[in-house]
Amino acid sequence: MTQLSVKNLHVRFPLREGSLQAVKDVSFSLKKGGSLGIVGESGSGKSVCVSTLLGLVPVPPATISGSAHFQGVDLYNCSDAALREIRGKRISMIFQDPMTSLNPHMRVVDQIAEPLRIHEGMSRKNARLRAVKAMEMVGIPDAASRAKSWPHEFSGGMRQRVMIAMAMISEPELLIADEPTTALDVTVQRQILELIHELQQNTGMSLIMISHDLAVVASVCEQIAVMQHGVMVEQGKTDEVFQNPRHPYTRGLLKCNPTLHEPGTRLTTLEEVLGEL
Amino acid sequence: MKKKTETYSLRRDAWRRLLRNPTAIGGLVLLGLMIVACVAGPWVSPYTFEEMDLLSANTGPSSTHWFGTDELGRDLLTRTLVGGRISFAVALAATLVSLVIGVTYGGISGFMGGRVDAWMMRIVDVLYALPFTLLVILLITVFERNLILLFVAIGAVEWLTMARIVRGQVMGLRHQEFIEACQVLGYSRARILFRHILPNILGTVIIYVTLTIPSVMLLEAFLSFLGLGVQPPMSSWGSLIKDGVGAMEDFPWQMSFPGAALFVTLLALNFLGDGLRDALDPRREGES
Repeated sequence: MTQLSVKNLHVRFPLREGSLQAVKDVSFSLKKGGSLGIVGESGSGKSVCVSTLLGLVPVPPATISGSAHFQGVDLYNCSDAALREIRGKRISMIFQDPMTSLNPHMRVVDQIAEPLRIHEGMSRKNARLRAVKAMEMVGIPDAASRAKSWPHEFSGGMRQRVMIAMAMISEPELLIADEPTTALDVTVQRQILELIHELQQNTGMSLIMISHDLAVVASVCEQIAVMQHGVMVEQGKTDEVFQNPRHPYTRGLLKCNPTLHEPGTRLTTLEEVLGEL
Repeated sequence: MKKKTETYSLRRDAWRRLLRNPTAIGGLVLLGLMIVACVAGPWVSPYTFEEMDLLSANTGPSSTHWFGTDELGRDLLTRTLVGGRISFAVALAATLVSLVIGVTYGGISGFMGGRVDAWMMRIVDVLYALPFTLLVILLITVFERNLILLFVAIGAVEWLTMARIVRGQVMGLRHQEFIEACQVLGYSRARILFRHILPNILGTVIIYVTLTIPSVMLLEAFLSFLGLGVQPPMSSWGSLIKDGVGAMEDFPWQMSFPGAALFVTLLALNFLGDGLRDALDPRREGES
């Protein structure tokens, strides 16, 4: 059953002279409980693509055409109130930089609890109890006593866990993760990916993960989509794309992945690979 | 657990941090004493602020007149305390106006951005451009001269700068990721502005308030000097200092006592303001 379908999405930003087409004719769909990874270099339009889903791209100045339907709701043509009902409750999002995506003036427990207070009108006390449970769920040790901490008292990895707890607390049907591990070091990255994967398995929610790192996406997502210059150049099952990439750009990306098998060889750059073509 | 969850609002936390700051507490106590003295003092005093005694005009500080007397033989201590009431009232009114109107207006303007912001700021520009003195003279000729009018006039100009400062700060915060995160979580605009953005600029706002209060007290003195503010025989710190300056060479106490009262109050306010700024920033926890 299709949960989210995006059709013929174009996004255009006006520049001082002319305009920039950030996303060109992108279509994709996601079934309930499915997971989709969108990869591409920076500037390829992958973030813009999903940001439009939650109304994060301001129109105007940008222009958006195409359609996006989430469980029958037209995301591009619904009222602010309807969009607020979906945001944070049915679709949640986590961001790249956990250092700046938490409010420094609010205790973590209250930030995690806030969606419940708003969307479900829960009392402060109950929401806080739920928030502590959510902190345990995302693997924050000693959650009950750390609940009262301020964001700056947490490490990057812990903050990303707080963000995840916040996004997950109202049990969304779809989680959008925009480069959730880019700002983290490799060991923490592993843990966060495992956490997201595990939460997805346990709750049956769908997942869209954006990354510039093929390995990150491959470890979590069943489906994969590759974007270049605003165009979705390849789309398919993760295994198939990896084993049998059809588009030269995808092949290029795969080739650029450094391996540990051939020490002493130079790393391939994308320009080299694409230049050969 | 139940008990613990009750006790961690930002306000209570800030209060706890403030109590640990001796300078701020010193300022708070001093300010409290000044206010109590100004409010209660004139009742206790054996003199009234307008009672003249020409035989003891221009006498220096003594056991009967602690602060001495002025050229009409009025008790300077009583006049200073009564004048303090006016100065505090003006400061309070202007602060309230600039906080309520300035912060809300600037917050909305900066947060909405675009055309709304442009229009709201043009209105502020227009109000800025009106000559203040003319505005007050106009107000006073149209309506009767009274204290409320003085408050309105001062309040009307004091919120403008606050609105601009707050707008600038809000614009800086609006595109931070945590504000985007709030949008994505489906919070209403009002909630994002008042619960997430404004607490983050409280420090700046408080600093600006501590700067506003002295300037408002001086503004009141200026208006009184022009004959638009407090009228004799009523006194305010501004008018007392002005009168005292004229007699400074012969009777220096006539200027120094009201001046000292103003000085102590402003100093106390600055200490308190600094302490409040630190106390309201959770990132300063643990610093001394």
